[in-house]
Amino acid sequence: MNKENSLGIITRVSGPLVEARGLSNARMYEVVKVSKHKLLGEIIELNNDKASIQVYEETSGIAPGEPVELTGQTMSVELAPGLLESIYDGIQRPLKKIEEISKSQYITRGIETDAIDLERKWEFKPTSKEQTEVQGGDILGEVQETETITHRIMVPPNISGTLISVKSKGNYTVKEPIAIIKTKDGKEKDISMLQYWPIRTPRPKKEKIFPTEPLITGVRIIDSLFPVAKGGAASIPGPFGSGKSVTQQSLAKYCDAQVIIYIGCGERGNEMTEALNEFPELLDPNTGQSLMKRTVLIANTSNMPVAAREASVYTGITIAEYYRDMGYSVALMADSTSRWAEAMREMSGRMEEMPGEEGYPAYLASRVSEFYERAGKVTCIGTDERQGALSVIGAVSPPGGDLSEPVSQATFRVTKCFWSLDASIAYRKHFPAINWLNSYSLYIDNIKDYWAKNVSPDFCQIRSEAMDILQQEAKLLEIVRLVGMEALSGYEKLILEIARSIREDFLFQNAFDPDDAYTPLIIQYEILRSIIHLYHELKPESENRERDFSDLSGISSFGKLPELKNYKEVKEFEDFRNIVTAEVKSLPVIS
Amino acid sequence: MKESSQTENKTNLVDKSYKTLESIAGPIIIVSGVKGVGYEELVEISIPGEEQPRLGKVLDALEDRAVVQMFSQTSGAQLKDSKARFRGEIETIGLSKNILGRIFSGQGKAIDGGAEMVAETRRPIQGASINPWSRQYPDDFIQTGISSIDIMNTLVRGQKLPIFSGSGLPHAKLAAQIARQAKVAIKDSNDGSSGNFAIVFATMGVTFDEAEFFRKEFEETGALKRSVLFLNTAADSVVERIATPRMALTTAEYLAFEHNMHVLVIMTDMTNYCEALREVSSARKEVPGRRGYPGYMYTDLASLYERAGRVKGKEGTITQIPILSMPDDDKTHPIPDLTGYITEGQFIISRELNTKGIFPPVDVQGSLSRLWSAGVGEGKTREDHSALKDQLFASYAVGKDARDLAVVLGESSLSESDKAHMKFAEDFEGKFVKQGERENREVTESLDLGWSLLKMLPRESLKRVKSDLIDKYLK
Repeated sequence: MNKENSLGIITRVSGPLVEARGLSNARMYEVVKVSKHKLLGEIIELNNDKASIQVYEETSGIAPGEPVELTGQTMSVELAPGLLESIYDGIQRPLKKIEEISKSQYITRGIETDAIDLERKWEFKPTSKEQTEVQGGDILGEVQETETITHRIMVPPNISGTLISVKSKGNYTVKEPIAIIKTKDGKEKDISMLQYWPIRTPRPKKEKIFPTEPLITGVRIIDSLFPVAKGGAASIPGPFGSGKSVTQQSLAKYCDAQVIIYIGCGERGNEMTEALNEFPELLDPNTGQSLMKRTVLIANTSNMPVAAREASVYTGITIAEYYRDMGYSVALMADSTSRWAEAMREMSGRMEEMPGEEGYPAYLASRVSEFYERAGKVTCIGTDERQGALSVIGAVSPPGGDLSEPVSQATFRVTKCFWSLDASIAYRKHFPAINWLNSYSLYIDNIKDYWAKNVSPDFCQIRSEAMDILQQEAKLLEIVRLVGMEALSGYEKLILEIARSIREDFLFQNAFDPDDAYTPLIIQYEILRSIIHLYHELKPESENRERDFSDLSGISSFGKLPELKNYKEVKEFEDFRNIVTAEVKSLPVIS
Repeated sequence: MKESSQTENKTNLVDKSYKTLESIAGPIIIVSGVKGVGYEELVEISIPGEEQPRLGKVLDALEDRAVVQMFSQTSGAQLKDSKARFRGEIETIGLSKNILGRIFSGQGKAIDGGAEMVAETRRPIQGASINPWSRQYPDDFIQTGISSIDIMNTLVRGQKLPIFSGSGLPHAKLAAQIARQAKVAIKDSNDGSSGNFAIVFATMGVTFDEAEFFRKEFEETGALKRSVLFLNTAADSVVERIATPRMALTTAEYLAFEHNMHVLVIMTDMTNYCEALREVSSARKEVPGRRGYPGYMYTDLASLYERAGRVKGKEGTITQIPILSMPDDDKTHPIPDLTGYITEGQFIISRELNTKGIFPPVDVQGSLSRLWSAGVGEGKTREDHSALKDQLFASYAVGKDARDLAVVLGESSLSESDKAHMKFAEDFEGKFVKQGERENREVTESLDLGWSLLKMLPRESLKRVKSDLIDKYLK
């Protein structure tokens, strides 16, 4: 590109917003380098030869008159082996490299670094045949990226033609050509393992499919009561201290997706440090390998530049789509999307756009829905019709816990799963503090066949019964508060006891206890079934007016309920249920 | 004064003066006809008839105009004949190890009657963000000698843990007690109360009395010689308040990461800081967010709170205890709300306990330390800490429920177990939470006190502690 044409002059600096003139040949969302410090920025508005630029780094000391340089590229991510196990900032600069270059614990300005290690050689194994027709998404070969993930090298989405040659098995860097494709117009294109993709454009797919499998997380209240499908979208709203980040991290650790993208968007620095410390140590319950082997972390902590926060969720979801395209099940956690929306609001305000509700830009809802729509189960591009899934779980931090605010509302409209974290439940130190009364999942219909086939035909029914008991409990507690326990019938007392057990022995889960943090789906079912079994056995007895309730609550099985979650074998649950039946039979007879 | 080469992010700005003041509105002055003025550059406005220029900084740098935010009042300022000098530098603070024991204004001027400091280095007060990769997870227990904190909501070194208070509540006393008693774990050879421990204290818009309370407190206990004070009182400039915490934190970073000190930063009152932000924002005619506070308040607060922590390869740490008063004790007000989303927990001061005459009135249930688990257990406090804490929480919750129930239904309708729990809740508040202002309890002492209270309860109700721990400690 002609260098003289591509230089602009700064005319205004206001925080992360910089305006410049002399950029008539600039393109929307083009990456620019601002000032002598070469700060990274992105063009977000064009008006004649004036451009508004959001700058991803601190702008203090930058003055009008300094240059702006166009790069000719739109904001893109680098996609190649080496993504996994990395920790990036919001614009895909590896934080480890930043530390090496800046030689300081601080992120200094104007650091340029590649997202992917260009020197490292990877063993490439071709899996495609020369002289065949290929299209975007077809797999040319494989690289064992980590112990758990085989990185499939795909033809970039917008290229198709005849595969002239493909390199034989050997070690290559990501920039070396590994194949040559002759396109329709007769040009021969070198294909390397490194691809670029603009972050604001969804990667193409053949079609979306109705998701039918649950994302199994090991968190009991989620898997059994409010499951999310693989390829679904879920939101976790909650005030501070209600455990959003702990829940998100639990999911990132234990869910059965093959690849995890974790975006710390405007959150605490120490939380990312904690993930960095923990993930390499913890083992994935599904593969037995270190969790870091399947994870990409993206960190834009709350004190990092606000414009890069806006970019971080797009950076994350583009990387997620790339792995989805290989045919993997990917889960993306964004903590917290409210900070992303606030970054949008801040830029919008500085550009003096007409504000919508609470100062948020009018396009807030459309941006939020565009983002969540990038989730889904899809048939990937490529001839082999492979399927991939991208599940998105977004935390929402409503100011003051007020769910009527714009970001929460925009999110609820497009997510089908709602895990409502509740301050009053957290106050009672019940975790995960997901409110069992007003949370919901609209994926039950999608996945009930999966449950019936893989867990048990009566899972759905037991789940409904448990939910029903919890609903009844809420009503009864109102009554108790007014008139006391004594006014309740035996049956009502039983409901309270069973509901308490569901809450304390099933829903309560300690994310910090390594044994309790993950419960396989089948064990979840067995625990719940055992509690419900006790309920069924005692129900007729409790309806007997002559029967003293202490006879029922006194049976030893009640005392054993807290033990259920420690059982590992189905047999132990069966034994428990048999004891329950026997105990109820041997209750003293009422004449 | 020696200008240091260490000043990060050196700019290419040059010193220049203009006599073209265009408008004055509140703390905002617009200067026109300028050229090459940098964002956040410092500005001196000289007003005819005044000896000292007034200071401000550039908030919006345009090609021919600069929007300047003044740190002091603009009363008496005039457009005609005033001169704006752009200093060609961003706001910095001069630092050296001799800063310990000194008292400054909110703008960094010595106000203790001593000589101006000879700076070894000057640092921009804006600070840079710590690379999350370079952070080290905080996990050293800090003993404050206060049971409700040490046992129930443990503080660790490098944490940011605010005190949420309200008007008329004794948060200042609590903060002073923490500052006085804080030391590092029992087995630390480097006793934190000795040479490498420092306090940086900043006030924003508090009354003279409150600032004086802390100053006296530090003086009397001899803590002043290892402290640095930045005092902006209610009588001082509102806009200056925005710089005050940054002065303090830049000082803290210097002491922690250059001189390996463990620094405790106390900032009071963040509510006044946020009001100052709102005032400037509205003077700039920005689109307001919730309750008129600017939309970027979260980012702004984060740029303060996130300056706490530990980093790899450095011995020093920064622990932050910001204090804020919740308007109308409302936790959902934007100031406590946004703070809570950034900090690692919060201590909530309970008006109810305060009314009952319990000091320190820490609302044990509402308070939270997110990093507690990293600071407790064998080798740090004691093996039983975690389980005991869970049990105390659980039993206290049951006791409080029973107390509520007794109000409605009368005490006679309670079961024996509920009655015991109710008594427990009373004693927990009266003996465990309550302690003297000068009472400094060792962590083992606090743990034993917790166990002795559990003796009041039926043993089968102690479900959160394993039986071997009960046998060992419940004597």
